[in-house]
Amino acid sequence: MSYHTTAVIYPLEQAPPPEPGKKSRLRTVALIGPPNSGKSTLFNRLTGMRQKVANYPGVTVEHHSGRMKSIGRGDLTLIDLPGIYSLATYSEDARVAVEVLTGKMPGVPKPDCVLLVLDATHLNRQLMLAAPVFSIGLPTLVLLNMSDQMEDRGGVLDTLALARELGHPVALISASHGKGLDVIPEFLLQADSVLSTKLRPVQLPVLQTPAACRTWATQVTARTNYQSPQASLWTRRLDSVLLHRVAGPLIFLAVVFAVFQVVFTLGQPLSDGLGVLLTHAGAKAALLLPDTWLRLLLRDGLWNGVQSVLVFLPQILLLFLFIGVLEDSGYLARAALIADRVMRSIGLNGKAFIPLLSAYACAVPAIMATRTIENKRERLATILIAPFMTCSARLPIYTLIIAAFIPNRMFAGGIVGLRALVMLGLYALGFLAALFTAKLLNSSVMKASSAPFILELPQYRWPTVQSLTLRLYDRGKLFLKKAGTVILGVTFLVWILGVIPVHLTSGTVQLSGLTNSVIGHIGRFIEPVLRPLGFNWKIGIGLLSSIVAREVIVGTLGTLYGVDPATHSLGLQAALRHDMTLGGAIALVVFFAFAMQCTSTLAVVRRETNSWKFPALQFAYMTVFAYVAALVTNQVIVHLF
Amino acid sequence: MIAETKVTALSDAKVGNTGIVESIDLAEEVSNYLAHLGFLPGTRVEVLRRAPAGDPTVYRIDGVEVALRGDTARHIFLKLTTA
Repeated sequence: MSYHTTAVIYPLEQAPPPEPGKKSRLRTVALIGPPNSGKSTLFNRLTGMRQKVANYPGVTVEHHSGRMKSIGRGDLTLIDLPGIYSLATYSEDARVAVEVLTGKMPGVPKPDCVLLVLDATHLNRQLMLAAPVFSIGLPTLVLLNMSDQMEDRGGVLDTLALARELGHPVALISASHGKGLDVIPEFLLQADSVLSTKLRPVQLPVLQTPAACRTWATQVTARTNYQSPQASLWTRRLDSVLLHRVAGPLIFLAVVFAVFQVVFTLGQPLSDGLGVLLTHAGAKAALLLPDTWLRLLLRDGLWNGVQSVLVFLPQILLLFLFIGVLEDSGYLARAALIADRVMRSIGLNGKAFIPLLSAYACAVPAIMATRTIENKRERLATILIAPFMTCSARLPIYTLIIAAFIPNRMFAGGIVGLRALVMLGLYALGFLAALFTAKLLNSSVMKASSAPFILELPQYRWPTVQSLTLRLYDRGKLFLKKAGTVILGVTFLVWILGVIPVHLTSGTVQLSGLTNSVIGHIGRFIEPVLRPLGFNWKIGIGLLSSIVAREVIVGTLGTLYGVDPATHSLGLQAALRHDMTLGGAIALVVFFAFAMQCTSTLAVVRRETNSWKFPALQFAYMTVFAYVAALVTNQVIVHLF
Repeated sequence: MIAETKVTALSDAKVGNTGIVESIDLAEEVSNYLAHLGFLPGTRVEVLRRAPAGDPTVYRIDGVEVALRGDTARHIFLKLTTA
């Protein structure tokens, strides 16, 4: 394979070599490219694990930036611009890109040079973005990504001719395999000295309409004898099975089920093991503390609470590993294709599928992703139903209740597990609630879909270890951060409220028993409302505390049962079995399937809809929905068994 | 020699058919987006396969596979090059 490992191919004369020891004038580098060009993979390659994610002021487009440490240029900041097809400012993403490139984005320094990433396997189309980027006039390195795929499938590309034609340096790379990337530091060194010797594109379309850019791109590729590669045989073969009329949907369901099955069969023992380890560590550490209220606070209060949430880390990571594999391999786009018919039957834009799918991870980015839906009403509908999708914050309470109350029984020769089935049922429940709500909204406030469904199907590829590792690292960090802040804070509050009022008797501090504490009083005050659902007052406190975030309930229950002498020595699962009926337990997970227990989501809905009306409506609707559903569940189970 | 046949809507073309895009009759925003995916007059397009539910349909244009619903493809017209 022909990677130009040392030299950047320059269009005209070789640029003057950089003077050694001279301080770089470069500060900021912008990374731009169309969607699916492998831009994010390259960004991760160049910046490593340390990147900052923020929002551009006034818009919801995310702003990724990082130091280019991986290529030894920690002095340079790389800005990852949104993936766009053109700089025509009819989309918010393109407006952001133009403002950053021209130095008009407040708080973002004007880039000194540009890395333009294009997919080498279909250059005719990808080059359409090159014309408007070149006309901005910054030194630009054109990186033709996926060169390995192009060459494997018989594509031909003459980089030297292309560089001459474009008037900018061109290099073949493979971001996913990290090949050919040496040209980037080389270019940066040269760009530093070339900054003044302006390179001019040979010829650019005057009017930058799509048609003009397209004609230009076709001329360029024709003059440089570019031959686009053959369609990947593997993609065709796989699609004839995975998109098969009968097999396709069945495989889709099997894949979804397999994910839950593995999250249980592999995740549960890992989680149990981590639990034993954490309890042991907590007990050991507690012995180092004096036997006072402080030890009680740290061990029974904080450690019990935080630990009962931390044990779900393996399951969360496994879930995101699967989502990552499905997304990176290209299967997710096929899933969108299979699911489109269902989306349409409820009057939803096909574009709603991707935000709704990402709501399975978390509703907050999903709601932000609805910005791609142009139609205001459809966008609002998608925002309103997104929190019904089973986000990963529900996973801890689901796994806890299922592991405690559902027997580990296998059917069909040990392939299908009862626990995975129940989990799948809960996910389906949330999805059905979303469908029902969309239908409801559709018949009242919204008209049928008019926006088109346009979906690009990428070629299948192997997910890379690097990209998956980065995803898991991001998710793990987010989860641990939450455990260390929100969950720790609420757990602390619950413990305090669980031991006050304190009494001073003969000079020592006497803590209140749980039943006589402030929290006991609050709990018993709300208990009558929750009793028909099969919840005792401790569960009620858990529900109250989880309005902050869903995972908090597990932490709160961990603390409450840890403080209570009757259940102190039991694990949380055993304590719950001791304290709850089957009806109440199932009602609890049903409640969580529907309830809006998340302040972050409410805040983002408020921001995106610019009114308190919709988050308030959503909260009320989902809470009533959850209450009624849990009530029915408990009553049915009580009367059946 | 390739016999040029009559102009058909993309949605009416059958799986396996190929043709040259003749015109696109959609709102500017949509047609601009489609243009960036390669849907421009003069480009060759092939009907690749239908989704399991019969719609959307996957088209191959310019080395890329793009799925469109029938109600979008209905507004894209092409000259079939193979029947």
